[in-house]
Amino acid sequence: MGIFLIRRISLMLLTALSLTFIVFVMTNLQPNLEKLAKTQGNFRMSEAEVSSYLRDRGFERPVTLKYGEWLGVVPSYRIEGRDGETRSRCSAHGVIQSNTPRYCGIIQGYWGQSWVFKEPVANVIAKRLSATGVLMLWVFLVMIPSALFLGVLAGMKEGSRLDRTLSTGAIATTATPEYVSGVVFIALLASSKFGLSPLFSSLGWSDKRILFKGSATSAAKEIPADYDVYWLPDFLEGFWWKVAEAPTLENFMLPVLTIALYGMGYIARMTRASMAEVMTSQYIRTARLKGVNFKNIVIKHALRNALIAPFTVIMLQIPWLLTGVVIVETLFNFKGLGFALVQAAGNNDIDLLLAVSVVSVIVVLVTQLISDIGYVFLNPRISIS
Amino acid sequence: MEALTWTGNVGGFLNPILGIFLLILLVGFMLQLISGLFIPSARGYDADGSLMEHPFTAKINLAVSISFGLFVGVSLLYLVLGMIFGLEGGGIVGGISKQLTPVWLTLILIFVFSVAFKRKLGLYGKLFDSPVGMVGLGLILFWVLVAIFGGIFDMIVTHNELSQVSGMKNKLPGTPMRGAEGTDFQYFLLGGDGLARDVFSRAVKGSAIVIVVAPLATLFAFMVGITLGIPAGYYSDPILEFGNRAFLIACIVGALFISLLTFLGAAVDIIILLILMVVLILWLLVKSSLDTVLSFLANLILAFPVILLFFLLVTPEIVKTGLPNYMALILFFFPVVFLTVLLNSKYHTRPDVRLWIVGGVTVLSMWVYLSMISEPDTAIHILPIPLDFISMPPEILVVFVSVVFVNSPTVFRIVRGLTLDIKSRDYVAAAQTRGERGWYIMLWEILPNVRGPLIVDFCLRIGYTTILLGTLGFFGLGLESESPDWGTTINAGRRLLSIAPIPALVPAIALMSLVLGLNLLADGLREESLRD
Repeated sequence: MGIFLIRRISLMLLTALSLTFIVFVMTNLQPNLEKLAKTQGNFRMSEAEVSSYLRDRGFERPVTLKYGEWLGVVPSYRIEGRDGETRSRCSAHGVIQSNTPRYCGIIQGYWGQSWVFKEPVANVIAKRLSATGVLMLWVFLVMIPSALFLGVLAGMKEGSRLDRTLSTGAIATTATPEYVSGVVFIALLASSKFGLSPLFSSLGWSDKRILFKGSATSAAKEIPADYDVYWLPDFLEGFWWKVAEAPTLENFMLPVLTIALYGMGYIARMTRASMAEVMTSQYIRTARLKGVNFKNIVIKHALRNALIAPFTVIMLQIPWLLTGVVIVETLFNFKGLGFALVQAAGNNDIDLLLAVSVVSVIVVLVTQLISDIGYVFLNPRISIS
Repeated sequence: MEALTWTGNVGGFLNPILGIFLLILLVGFMLQLISGLFIPSARGYDADGSLMEHPFTAKINLAVSISFGLFVGVSLLYLVLGMIFGLEGGGIVGGISKQLTPVWLTLILIFVFSVAFKRKLGLYGKLFDSPVGMVGLGLILFWVLVAIFGGIFDMIVTHNELSQVSGMKNKLPGTPMRGAEGTDFQYFLLGGDGLARDVFSRAVKGSAIVIVVAPLATLFAFMVGITLGIPAGYYSDPILEFGNRAFLIACIVGALFISLLTFLGAAVDIIILLILMVVLILWLLVKSSLDTVLSFLANLILAFPVILLFFLLVTPEIVKTGLPNYMALILFFFPVVFLTVLLNSKYHTRPDVRLWIVGGVTVLSMWVYLSMISEPDTAIHILPIPLDFISMPPEILVVFVSVVFVNSPTVFRIVRGLTLDIKSRDYVAAAQTRGERGWYIMLWEILPNVRGPLIVDFCLRIGYTTILLGTLGFFGLGLESESPDWGTTINAGRRLLSIAPIPALVPAIALMSLVLGLNLLADGLREESLRD
């Protein structure tokens, strides 16, 4: 187990290094750097101005050197610019101070400065990641129980009408990408002129103009100063606000449903397959012959074994959902990590893009690791070596 | 002129009937599901050996089947009457149905012939035994025919997909076209979009892009995945030895690769890194197996979130550097290698025809290859223009290449896994004993025996590729903003979603129905291929 973990973690590190290097090279290609210079300086800069802008900020040096700086194994540049100021990466490409360190990379815990948001990348990532975390938490709370429930329901009587209906439904949800279901949901439920909202309000079933909001911006609101929950200790109040108070049914329902629906079909199908396999196994037949009633067979005998396979699927589903998160955050205007990714990529914000890719690579690799290890723990028949 | 209604005069008497059938169907269906939870599904067999159902279940099933049949029948009636009466009688639905007449007729023809000869048509014919597969095939054929008739022959479209008509901005479906001449189509069937273009025509034109790019890109990804995946699964021992011929060839290829990049003007530090990388790969191929190297590379690409890869690859800046062209240079070469190796391994023992078949196909595929990658005014312009018969616009190329690049590692993993499973079979051992060469065993013994899962995955993957193309369009990457493809249109329409949802909704539903068709077809194929 120990050797397995060490091998896996070193492979993970190698993968992460290669990936970040590829991202680094791609963001440091000349046309991308020119775009960066023009968006940060101004769009009417001449070739010479672009070149001197980039030179003063240390961009016109070998890419491996710059990558070493980003990692923190090479001392940061100190270049005296044409304007007489000495700049450094460690002072956010600004004028150096007396206390500016020599090394500043991710080893030193410095993630760089975001060009778009004009603040340290670490702050941007922390803020955005927590918002996306809340979104994912709700997605999982909706998706996993319902997917498992539907999968078990379909799998316990293989070939029945219910099974066929649910399976076709699951195929339909996996065929509906987030940008389709999101658009359909907004048109159907969040428009004051079309869909169900005007129908419901004209029938008097709903006093609201629209049933749900088509924008989730308000779900990531800052906590108000006088916010106080009497039954919670003070340090948990910020968490409670983020998770339960700011996201309401009205502003969070549609984004959560959109992501959950796409992932749900796949998990439900896997659960169904696993459940159907378990239901044909010998010990279930023995239990049936013994006279145990069907409900008890499903709940007490079959369920535990049937849920091993979906666990792996759920873990591997997380990286799969990343794309969906980016789409949904863009569609519903939710200021999370995916939204930051879109903005960073649109402006070639190198440090922020690298940080986002580090986060997503970690998510991908760690979920793979957890699914492998978890599988062994759940299924004693398999050993890692 | 008045605006059209959805169903016109036909709807006057058909709508209530349809509504009643729908209600009966829904109630029956609900009853069926709920009763299924309490009533056992079968009670054994009667004397003739047919399944005995609970009397209530039997009644409900019959009711649902009848009402479903009637519902579908009435729905088809809308289309048929629409085809006959057109706009005046059938409203918007009728008008669309009339525009789609060539599609309906061809579709019916294909289905009638397929059902008539289904026993002679192999796996394709068996599809017509499974309702799910038939629905899936119908949806796909519908879009393929729409793409052929509308996209290539310009038959279905009512207006030019790019022309803007003043006064038609965000108009509702069925609005008469303002300032229409006598020869113009008088209505905007599905309304106008945010730039006052005809939504219906754009959706039809957009289908052509998806229908052409998605299957082709998937095919290329499969070529890459198969060419790399089968050897990776088949050779579990090191494939190179110090000093043997394969080792020398690998060294030469590595050296050529590096000198090409030096020639193209890569920086010194990058070249040093590449030399280190090539040496490492060679060392791994000698010490470990091909699988180790390829699996690491595949996992590397798979660890990239797709969306990040797209944002890095499909930007105008990257297109300017020529990177997509170089990637096409590598990725498009795999089909050529695949075809050549496939035929060479088969005709290796027949020197009389070998040169002609293998040589001919290689020259031909090289020509297609060169004409695909070579494009005037881009980084790679090898072929002179008169010989260059495929002209791939740069923005399509970058989308194509990135989609192939994203898909191939997954295909690689699937093919590798299937090969690992199959290579210990007796017929492989028999071929090895016969003294067959590696590539013959891989491509003529193993590959035909993994075709079932590969065909199913191919269908699913076309659907996934369609989704990826839509994702690219949704983020405004790759294709131009006025391109009628579905993803781009959804992106354009989503800004005014709560005021004018139709322009985004139409391509969204079109895309969904195509992907659903592909998934249903894959399901039907899987079911039918498992049956025997």
